[in-house]
Amino acid sequence: MLKTISKMAVYGAVAFGALTATAQAADEYKLGLVTFLSGGAAGPFGVPAKNGADLLVDALNAGTVPAPYNKVGINGVKINPVYVDEAGGATKQVSEYRNLVERQGVNAVVGYISSGDCLAVPGVAEEMKKVTVLFDCGTPRVFEEADYKFVFRTAATATMDNVGAARYIAEKVGGLASVSGINQNYSFGHDSWNDFTTSLEQIKKGVDVSTKQFPKIYAGQYGAEVSALMVNPAEVVHSSFWGGDMEAFLLQGAARGLFEDQKVLLTCGESALYKFADNFPEGAIVGARGPNGVFAPKSELNDWFVKEYEARYGTKPTYPVYHMVQAIMGLKLATEKAAANAGEIPTDEAVAGAFEYLEFDSPAGKIAMTNGNGHQAVQEMVFGQVSKENGEVVMKDVVRYAPSCVNPPNGVKAADWIASGFEGAVCN
Amino acid sequence: MNLALAVLVDGVVYSSWLFLIAAGLTLIYGVMKILNMAHGSFYAIGAYSGASLIGVYFAGGNPPWASYLLLVGAALVAGLIVGLLIERGFLRFMYGRDEVVMILVTYGILLILEDAIKLLWGVDPYFAYQPYTLLGRTKIGGLSFANYDFMLICVTALVALVLWWSLNRTRSGKILQSVIHDREMAGALGVNVTKIFTITFVIGAFLGAFAGALTAPGISVVPGIGIEVIILAFAVVVIGGLGSVGGAFVGALIVGLSRALSVHLYPDGELFVIYGVMGLVLAFRPQGLFAIAGARKI
Repeated sequence: MLKTISKMAVYGAVAFGALTATAQAADEYKLGLVTFLSGGAAGPFGVPAKNGADLLVDALNAGTVPAPYNKVGINGVKINPVYVDEAGGATKQVSEYRNLVERQGVNAVVGYISSGDCLAVPGVAEEMKKVTVLFDCGTPRVFEEADYKFVFRTAATATMDNVGAARYIAEKVGGLASVSGINQNYSFGHDSWNDFTTSLEQIKKGVDVSTKQFPKIYAGQYGAEVSALMVNPAEVVHSSFWGGDMEAFLLQGAARGLFEDQKVLLTCGESALYKFADNFPEGAIVGARGPNGVFAPKSELNDWFVKEYEARYGTKPTYPVYHMVQAIMGLKLATEKAAANAGEIPTDEAVAGAFEYLEFDSPAGKIAMTNGNGHQAVQEMVFGQVSKENGEVVMKDVVRYAPSCVNPPNGVKAADWIASGFEGAVCN
Repeated sequence: MNLALAVLVDGVVYSSWLFLIAAGLTLIYGVMKILNMAHGSFYAIGAYSGASLIGVYFAGGNPPWASYLLLVGAALVAGLIVGLLIERGFLRFMYGRDEVVMILVTYGILLILEDAIKLLWGVDPYFAYQPYTLLGRTKIGGLSFANYDFMLICVTALVALVLWWSLNRTRSGKILQSVIHDREMAGALGVNVTKIFTITFVIGAFLGAFAGALTAPGISVVPGIGIEVIILAFAVVVIGGLGSVGGAFVGALIVGLSRALSVHLYPDGELFVIYGVMGLVLAFRPQGLFAIAGARKI
């Protein structure tokens, strides 16, 4: 008797699982969106990214986005966004992720700016078999250290920023004999500096490091660091600073004339290019973590996006906005590719299968999910130098690097690729 | 030569900034025995108030030199309003509680204020850079320094002098010291301890806001700046001895010079050096450099 009941329970559970694992017609597509809404990363990244998500979700629900995104919502189902604040650390985010999936019942999660969160969440996403798109974090370790079925990242890694930066200064800075660095004392800062200096060793031999500074994140006071950079001058000062730290460093450095003698290279500089335009030093080398914002290629999609964003928020979109928008667009296309009929939401397995090796157009140009066994995007990388014309910031000496020039091939770790002298790199 | 000069100037500039923040914190602890976790929020409110007013002021095309007075005014108003609101609205109901309870209370106030700041000013950065660049720079030994930073040193010296003079050379200061030494005895001798508490807390709040307002021109005023500085301020007052204004001055100098030395000679140790110095001081003088060890009253 007991055996019979057990068997019935097992069969019942299997049948229930089979039913829930199939595609369903739905009234709404619940989309979990995780981004910084408080703390130091909210202003430069989190809130602009949320603004981008709001704009795109509204436009998708209204069916006003240009092709191929002109189908309403996601596969005809209107999107209902559920926001979560990313502040609070990785442990909190793992709990929040479980809440999103188990209690809120989201259909997918798009989120995460912090590399720490991007390393912590994928394990839970795999356990819960929920399609999750990392939208902004830069660490290459996510897909180097593990294989995932349900986790994707639609923006390229930070390796690309620093390989591109090294290539750019080797090409554009005459008489380059030394560099120095000021980066925040956490994984992003250290990884950025390591990728930059090891890349430079491969591209241009004999460039010295004058000094390397790693102040605490959110330190705000850089008087001693600016002095150290002046005492040990170099042709280029590399920095992956972002947000308030970058702005404070530029203010304090400019007030002391640091950037009159040394060229500053800001891999995340574009994120403050508009609101901080008055204080950007002339000739500063700026990156946008991909072909975003001022570096975005001309397209109907980008024209529409920039126009809508400016009309709604009164400022141009910066790279976190592009990263968020391309993540939602990738998810939409993968879901629609996996769905058999309009108005249904396919299973997570089907969406994950359709997402692998997907190529799609975004306001930042082509996104190709070629790395991480089809889960990690590569993009081209662009650098340029700030110039001001009639009070407006314009970019000069812009150089575009093909994805294969600044990203390692699929299956190769970034550090190994750099150490090998960029084996297999194809540059334009 | 360049290196020694850079360490000295950078160290003193950083120490000045630290002392401005820590002075209010240690004053409040000395008089009220409250380790005020919300002090960082006073700093943030001062910075936001200063930056907002400076933004409006320069947008109106007003004469630039008066903007420095505006920073002082912003700190004064912000410190008075917030200090009074918190002391009269919360703390006065909690006097006499254990110090640990008061830490929790002020931590709660910190969380409320952080959200209030976000509601009032949002998450976008505020800039008030004009007063920072207006004063120009001076070249010493081949290195350029911002004159604003030299002004900060002068202002800090003035604040330290006024605090010392007020505490040691005025009647009000003597009364305040009597409360610091023994609040019950001072009360028994006719001192209005509650009034002293209110005045002290408002002065402490003003000093926190003043530090924030003077810092605003050189930074990007963003959410969370108050939380970052409170940790440093704690390190300074713990080194100097909780409740000792002179101790905070010396503590700030030790931290500032150690950090500058580390940045120039061993940058990787910058994060460690502040807390390394604190650990070293506490190992030999657990009560801090200038606090007098005393028997605990039961």
